[in-house]
Amino acid sequence: MARTLINVPATAKRGEVVEIKALISHPMETGFRPASDGALIPRDIIRRFACTYNGEEVFSVDLFPAITANPFLTFTTVANESGEIALSWTDDQGKTQTETVTITVE
Amino acid sequence: MANGDPMGTTRRNVLRAGAALGVLLLVRPAGATPAAMADAIEAFTKGAPVNPGKVELVLPALVENGNSVPLGVNVAHWMQPGDFVRTIAVFNEKNPQPNVATFHLTPRSGRASVSTRIRLGDSQKIVAIAQLSDGSFWSDEAEVIVTLPACAES
Repeated sequence: MARTLINVPATAKRGEVVEIKALISHPMETGFRPASDGALIPRDIIRRFACTYNGEEVFSVDLFPAITANPFLTFTTVANESGEIALSWTDDQGKTQTETVTITVE
Repeated sequence: MANGDPMGTTRRNVLRAGAALGVLLLVRPAGATPAAMADAIEAFTKGAPVNPGKVELVLPALVENGNSVPLGVNVAHWMQPGDFVRTIAVFNEKNPQPNVATFHLTPRSGRASVSTRIRLGDSQKIVAIAQLSDGSFWSDEAEVIVTLPACAES
């Protein structure tokens, strides 16, 4: 399990646009970089990021090797009800890591 | 007088030639987009016209380290059901692959504003294209000068 850093406000007013920041530790190996023996290091990147709000997908990203190691994303969503925000990262092997945070809407 | 004076005709011809050259140089950059990026944009827009405007691409003009360049894209358009920014795609000219990232938004996004960090393999032009829910495309572009490219071994 890779380490993640997620920043979501704990509380929000109903209808407020909240900013979500998400970072996961990952080398994002491009597949274009030679190792010390000259052979290319095989590609290994996070291919897709998705954010669901109480089960409804509100934002997603297709990532390419041009995204830095430890990909960092900021985006916004409308806080319309209390519940869970789930962030998931999927890599080249199809392995998905999901982290959830709770948000309270007043 | 006109035919007899070689200076006058020469100067006139030189100026004409210079103006023609200037036009040629001005026309060039529009078509000089590397083919890979043009193909990737074509695959994204499926040949639909792309209008300049609405999109704001936030990138530093000069970066020292191409391994981590902050990139932001804001689209000046509201996010309401039935009228929102559907997709924001970012392209580059000189990295090994023309795609940088594709963001999929929904009316629940609230604002069409995203940011991330990207790698740049060389000084180059970056293009951001937004697709609205009505199917129209809007774009912005920025030139970035990179002192130490991402692919150089440090």
